[in-house]
Amino acid sequence: MSTGTGSGTSSWVTMTVNGVEYRRELDNRTTVLDLLREHLGLTGAKKGCDHGQCGACTVLVDGRRANSCLLPAVAQDGAEVTTVEGLAAGDELHPVQQAFLDRDAFQCGYCTPGQLCSAVGVFAEAAAGHPSHVTDPGRASGQGPVELSRAEIRERMSGNLCRCGAYPNIVAAIEDVTR
Amino acid sequence: MRPTATSTAAGAVGRKPALGAATERLEGRDKVTGTARYATEQPHTAPDCAYAWPVPATVAAGRVTAVDASAALALPGTLAVLTPDNAPRVGESDDPILRVLQDHEVPHRGWFVALAVADTLENARAAAAAVTVSYEVRPHDAVLREDHPDAYVPETANGHPGRRERGDAREAFAAAPVRVETSYTIPPLHNHPMEPHASYARWDGDHLTVYDSSQGAHPVRTALAGLFGLEPGRITVVSEHVGGGFGSKGTPRPHVVLAAMAARHTGRPVKLALPRGQMAHVVGYRSPTLHRLRLGAERDGTLTSVEHEMTAQTSRIKEFVEHGAVAARVMYAVPHSLTTHRAVRLDVPSPSWMRAPGEAPSMYALESAMDELATELGMDPIELRLRNEPATEPDSGLPFSSRHLAECLREGARRFGWHQRDPRPGVRREGDVLTGTGVAAATYPVMCDPASASATARPDGTFLVRIDATDIGTGARTVLAQIAADALGVPLDSVAIEIGSTRLPYGPLAGGSAGTASWGWAVHEACTALTRRLADHHGPLPGEGLTAESDTTEAAEATPPFARHAFGASFAEVRVDTVSGEVRVRRMLGVYAAGRILNARTARSQFIGGMTMGLGMALTEHSTSDAAHGGFAERDLASYHVPVNADVPEIDAHWVDEVDTHLNPMGSKGIGEIGIVGTPAAIGNAVHHAIGVRLRELPLTPDKVLAALR
Repeated sequence: MSTGTGSGTSSWVTMTVNGVEYRRELDNRTTVLDLLREHLGLTGAKKGCDHGQCGACTVLVDGRRANSCLLPAVAQDGAEVTTVEGLAAGDELHPVQQAFLDRDAFQCGYCTPGQLCSAVGVFAEAAAGHPSHVTDPGRASGQGPVELSRAEIRERMSGNLCRCGAYPNIVAAIEDVTR
Repeated sequence: MRPTATSTAAGAVGRKPALGAATERLEGRDKVTGTARYATEQPHTAPDCAYAWPVPATVAAGRVTAVDASAALALPGTLAVLTPDNAPRVGESDDPILRVLQDHEVPHRGWFVALAVADTLENARAAAAAVTVSYEVRPHDAVLREDHPDAYVPETANGHPGRRERGDAREAFAAAPVRVETSYTIPPLHNHPMEPHASYARWDGDHLTVYDSSQGAHPVRTALAGLFGLEPGRITVVSEHVGGGFGSKGTPRPHVVLAAMAARHTGRPVKLALPRGQMAHVVGYRSPTLHRLRLGAERDGTLTSVEHEMTAQTSRIKEFVEHGAVAARVMYAVPHSLTTHRAVRLDVPSPSWMRAPGEAPSMYALESAMDELATELGMDPIELRLRNEPATEPDSGLPFSSRHLAECLREGARRFGWHQRDPRPGVRREGDVLTGTGVAAATYPVMCDPASASATARPDGTFLVRIDATDIGTGARTVLAQIAADALGVPLDSVAIEIGSTRLPYGPLAGGSAGTASWGWAVHEACTALTRRLADHHGPLPGEGLTAESDTTEAAEATPPFARHAFGASFAEVRVDTVSGEVRVRRMLGVYAAGRILNARTARSQFIGGMTMGLGMALTEHSTSDAAHGGFAERDLASYHVPVNADVPEIDAHWVDEVDTHLNPMGSKGIGEIGIVGTPAAIGNAVHHAIGVRLRELPLTPDKVLAALR
């Protein structure tokens, strides 16, 4: 591990979050989610269950979506993390953020950062041709991007719970971006 | 624009009303950029902030005989372990669940018996795990059954009479030419808002400040004032952004008391966010309910008798009886009616409010029974309901302030394509799949509570409206600004609104679908009063602006001589896989009559959100009272199945225009809960239509469907 020694129960971790490099000595038990929320003041990523069951903590780690509550920070040394705070380009919202506003794709807003990061992850996965449970099994891999039908969006977004029940609007918002 | 009388009036000319428009949420941008701050996310969190982690009881009933905190205190970073022996003593409370760590009794599994406080979250969790609690265990009884010897009929069930009888329902049933006798079971259900119950508490001298994830800051302040013996003015509670509640944050919860205790005990600010796995036992839940119904009818479908008896559980420390037999008092014209609530005190967590308490379970049962009756009669289920439309509210005899259930059913039938439906059950097969459609009615009462608001015209031409309303995702902030803009006759973007704090004029909690009516009325009154003041004011405004205040106590508490309810019709189409037993909803439609719809965008979201929770109640959500160990078996989101995106198909919600002048100045009814009410029965009725077998125990999971198909 390249984290430097720290004490017996802590380690030095370097992580780039939304383009900013941070270096912190962290308790080895600290998750990426708690690093963001309790150490870096980036409270956009939410803690809904702390068990990888709700998706509210979803961030992009090296471009791929992940439940940050399941990632020990010490194991992500050197990673590049994008949180909801890093999706917009200055004042200009990411298209999926704008689509969520246009479609009222949230109510309480607590799952929203995770939904948004998950959606950005989905775009990349589909573009790279990754199949999902509802993708035609006969479709050869490497056949180019998977088209994000409503069924594909629903399936791929099912790791992100929304108790307010904004799913139809979330699907519509993501569909808007794919068009 | 200067907010003088003339310019305000001029501003109103040619101005489109804000109410009714599909206005975007005012805090939307904050929510999609991650800058909206929830309870434990305050940017000014002190560097010495400590973290608290509760220790739940691991027995179902008994007494704590000892708490050994030595190992926990020896761990690095532990600041304190609060126990029943050393926790700060608190005063009285109307709600026994708030008097945590005050004695050694364990009324149910999961009751908090200690609290670890440490310098970091990781250390707090480790300290809590290192606390050893010894118990004297009592035998327990945690399972509800209808023939329980302790069952009793309470005087009231959440304010509704425990038992109501008109005529002689039993005799009328015996004499009825067509009879349906049936029973339904609904398991315990958990609210599970996405944001766990959480608090950040800080003492500055003798002033307590709490950021709490709550549906009402003022009720939290009142509770804390009683417990900590403080004047309410020495407590500030802030609930600015709240990650859902669905009733579970409607009353103060033990976490906020523990956070305030820990902050006082350690002299440091304290964050306490409940771990998801602890929530099921301490934040309330919908009691399991057992329903028995007997419907008697003439051969033309005219109801002659309705009996609905419901049995629910409550805890040993608190009586909360789900009012799950009330729907028949509102819904259908019937000369003979008997509705009874029964309760059983068990060694279980205290049940509480969950979205559409009372109406959701009672309408599942009643609307399923009505479907059974339609089948028995060979009558279309919509026709059966139309046949029994009452002229006045059956139970009270009061006229309805408005009732457009028939319009909802007809409009829904048209939109859904109901009239092409083949009524025969179990005949639509697509390969291994059977399909069916179902309908059910929905109802939810109109409620309104007193509130206060202030409205200020500022010299720069803008307006500030202040009220302690809570936006738990409903869009309260936005709709209140719309109400203000219309009452002032000014553009929406000239109105700023502050909500979610006890520093603001009193507003009641967000609950009972009453928020918009209660807060909105106060906002409307304050803004109308301000308009009058501005009309009398000449010259430029003073530096502090011009302010008017309102208090709707008298108006909101006046009881008009009307029965006031929202109504709706729910439609569902399902496909049932006969090999796997899986039920999937293909499409759902809800049509509602809920007074004037104030914001088309957020209203639609509320309706489809309620319908989605109803889909969960019908098909996925299920908790189990653990007979052996007490408490609930399903305590996390992997075992308690909240619907996911893939479970939710095309959902559409519409409303009929309803003008009702007996409500409030906006003419609105509550819309946050009615969406869940008709959905479970519509889905259950569709499953019967698909497979030809009636399933009477929710949720309709594959095990039950497969057993029925064999």
